[in-house]
Amino acid sequence: MSGHTDMVLVDDAGMRIDGRRADEHRRVHIEAGVLNNADGSAYVEIGKNKVLAAVYGPRECHPRHLQDSNKAIIQCKYNMEAFSVSDRKRPGPDRRSIEISKIIAEALERVVLTELYPRASIDVYIEILQANAGTRCAGLTAASVALADAGIPMRDIVPAIAAGKADGHVLLDLNKEEDNYGQADVPLAIMPSTDEIVLLQMDGNMTREEFDHAVDMAFGACHEVYELQKEALKKRYSPGKGGDSDE
Amino acid sequence: MERRSARPAREIVVPGDLLDDGGMRSGNCTYARDGRIYAGVMGIKNVYQDTVSVIPLRGRYMPVTGDMVIGIVEDLGSSNWMVDIAAPYPAPLHVNEVPWKVEFGDTSRYLNLGNVVLLKILMVDESRKIQVTMKDAGLRKIEGGRLVEIQHTKVPRVIGKSGSMIQMIKNMTDCRVFVGQNGRIWVDGDEDNIAAATAAIGLIDREAQSENLTEKVKRLIEEKLPPRDGGASDEEGLQ
Repeated sequence: MSGHTDMVLVDDAGMRIDGRRADEHRRVHIEAGVLNNADGSAYVEIGKNKVLAAVYGPRECHPRHLQDSNKAIIQCKYNMEAFSVSDRKRPGPDRRSIEISKIIAEALERVVLTELYPRASIDVYIEILQANAGTRCAGLTAASVALADAGIPMRDIVPAIAAGKADGHVLLDLNKEEDNYGQADVPLAIMPSTDEIVLLQMDGNMTREEFDHAVDMAFGACHEVYELQKEALKKRYSPGKGGDSDE
Repeated sequence: MERRSARPAREIVVPGDLLDDGGMRSGNCTYARDGRIYAGVMGIKNVYQDTVSVIPLRGRYMPVTGDMVIGIVEDLGSSNWMVDIAAPYPAPLHVNEVPWKVEFGDTSRYLNLGNVVLLKILMVDESRKIQVTMKDAGLRKIEGGRLVEIQHTKVPRVIGKSGSMIQMIKNMTDCRVFVGQNGRIWVDGDEDNIAAATAAIGLIDREAQSENLTEKVKRLIEEKLPPRDGGASDEEGLQ
């Protein structure tokens, strides 16, 4: 946001610096079950973002005082690798990672059927290997695929994507330059079967009309990401192509 | 009895997939919202009579009363042992539930850390507290052999229809095999035989969804254990 640049982020033809139009998202690649030792895992690339998510549990909740006798708790850790950005990021949790961990855990709590596992904890680890704006959306997208891959009962899979404003244009899925030199960033995550919003933030300034337009675009893109998430999960079991059993 | 022929070619569903909106009943691993039924877990859609359910592909083992499981002793108390049964919760095994007379504080003389035991789930209560017992036929402490862990959702495939698969593995490898409902399998026999049986179980775990699983398993074991002149002659001609 805040920064200033002479760069033209959106040219007269409505084309962005990476060749996308205003309502196009970056290339999304999702792979489920990439880690052997985790109960469930996923790898997601959204443009230049590269994110790995691992899920463990439901298992006994370790710090005892965090246990909830009525439902499982979701413990999420969002971590940016030191090499994930061009200037070395000082490793360890900071204000930003703590906030993102919390909002992702809360978004996931809406979909996971936590009441099935009282006193347990479901641990989600999100590692950002490479960051290029929109990592919280990529992280949440990966985390929900990893949860489904772990066989954890949930109502829905959560896709997430950001919209925003740069150079006076409302754009979908901002990249690093648009995020740094733009005017607003609105990450959105939904439950596709009900269109319920599980995560919505806004950083920057937009008019009401621009905001509505941004959210509409993000909704559409979320449904596209959702299809890719489903495809990635099903692909894990497709080599055998199902068919009838021999027993 | 109607065969489950109503299923349309094993459809894989993911959480949130709409399974039915026309008055079917909600079965296992599904949930209903506004009269529609959605999948609650990733698995295979299964329609049986008027109930639609999902057979999970992966997931944590949830204990059910009466299940036979294999546990590993994790902790000793003065009147109980804490046993890991690969469930979300640890299972306490009380001294009253073992076939020995244990003095108070003398638990370590009977079972120690890392010991492997065959158990039965005695009870799982409302708040998912588990109790296990060793007081039943065949339940004991295991010594020797090898422990294999697989996804508990694949256990029915390891056993096969009325035990056909497990029987075949036992016969072909000449091993003693005990399959716990929690996905832990104990195999005992000669080293080569154990290796063959373990490989067969691994194959089932990896390819549980594939066709002709029995045939594949048979071929794998035959590869690992070429029929010797004595005893195994009845298996010739099945190459």
